Amino acid sequence: MYPSRFRYEAPRSLDEAISLMHNGGDYVKVLAGGQSLVPLMKLRFASPELIVDINNVPGLAYHRTDPDGSLHIGALCRHADLERSDLLKETQPTMASAAPVIADPIVRNRGTLVGSLCHADPQGDWASVVLALGGAVMARGPRGTRAIPLADFVTGPFQNVLDPDEIVVEAVIPAARGIRSGGYLKLERRVGDFATVGVAVAVETIGEKVTRAGIALTGVGGSTIGATAAADALVGRPLTAESIGQAADLAAEVARPRTDHRGSAAYKRHMVRTFVQRILSRAEAAQERAA
Amino acid sequence: MTIVYEDHDDEAATDVPVRRIKFRINGKKMAAEVEPRLLLAHLIRRGLGLTGTHMGCDTTNCGACTVLVDGRAVKSCTMLAVQADGHEISTVEGLATASELHPLQEGFKEEHGLQCGFCTPGMMMAAKALLEENPDPTEEDVRWALSGNLCRCTGYQNIVKSVLWAAEKLRS
Repeated sequence: MYPSRFRYEAPRSLDEAISLMHNGGDYVKVLAGGQSLVPLMKLRFASPELIVDINNVPGLAYHRTDPDGSLHIGALCRHADLERSDLLKETQPTMASAAPVIADPIVRNRGTLVGSLCHADPQGDWASVVLALGGAVMARGPRGTRAIPLADFVTGPFQNVLDPDEIVVEAVIPAARGIRSGGYLKLERRVGDFATVGVAVAVETIGEKVTRAGIALTGVGGSTIGATAAADALVGRPLTAESIGQAADLAAEVARPRTDHRGSAAYKRHMVRTFVQRILSRAEAAQERAA
Repeated sequence: MTIVYEDHDDEAATDVPVRRIKFRINGKKMAAEVEPRLLLAHLIRRGLGLTGTHMGCDTTNCGACTVLVDGRAVKSCTMLAVQADGHEISTVEGLATASELHPLQEGFKEEHGLQCGFCTPGMMMAAKALLEENPDPTEEDVRWALSGNLCRCTGYQNIVKSVLWAAEKLRS
């Protein structure tokens, strides 16, 4: 399979990339890892006129914690970099558990977290993780840079709010005020398959009390789903069997799964409940061990 | 280097955007003129005649087209050939020397790591990337590293044994 014909530019700076996006015509796409875009182009679901390949733009492959405690993931930071990251293992339990289950090991060598967010596939794992953590993307265009919370960024399947001449230069995870716990669990029939169900849970605690919580769901609706009521049920009290059960039920309620070859809607909803319960029970057990 | 396409478009040939790229393949310096939509797998197979890299699914699932780009395993059906500009590509043809098989190739022979052989080049290249990063992998490490490569014949048991055999040989 071949993509349709397109013009190709490989700028060496962000400014050049943005100017190419701005002047590039009606249908311009940024190419970073290409692990979603290239297959879409080969299948002719996407036929951009111009591809702006940002792989030669220096200084985008980072992930780092800033002095204020926020985590920054550059547009060329690959899934494999995050999978091997000690920084994530030490400070970001939800991200560290998601990184090894993105696609497959070879795809992880090229695909990027930022690209996955922009692609906005309802089956995309990172969008749930970043949403649960209350993260944002930094979009840069000819009119400057703006922060877009992930909750406002994805508007539907494969849709986001970027202007045609904007490039997401990094994703930002805000600093934790408490101790982070949580995880990402994904049910897939085999490595590399789309998630039957994915659940991201991110909790912060001060002392015993939960001070912030985020829960988001992958693959059980037309878009990434933020289970805000479920998360709110955890805040202001310690993690207990009761609060965990409540959050799990509320999360299952907002899931909008459809019956397909991966499972029935009832089964998927059940798995949302099970995964929320499992991640939070592990977090609770870890807290007890620490105390 | 010339790449010949079937012509399905009515555009005049002068309108076709072509870019000149330079790269190394299995240590050899090369240059090519490629249309941006040419896939790396097609450059390797048709342009360079290195047909050891196989095309299986063409949809980023099977891993038969796995090659190394700067030492990292990549599915060459999901990378544009123009993106190889300035980079180092290794394919299965680069494993053996004139007189000796690579330990991975020996391992696949000794442990009967293939039946039809279609997935084998991709398996070997993914395994090569693993062994360069982790010379002493566990069985679990090998299964993990090869989880993006599909085999419809072997049930994977002997492939894993082959890679472990190669790892041991490379360490000794």
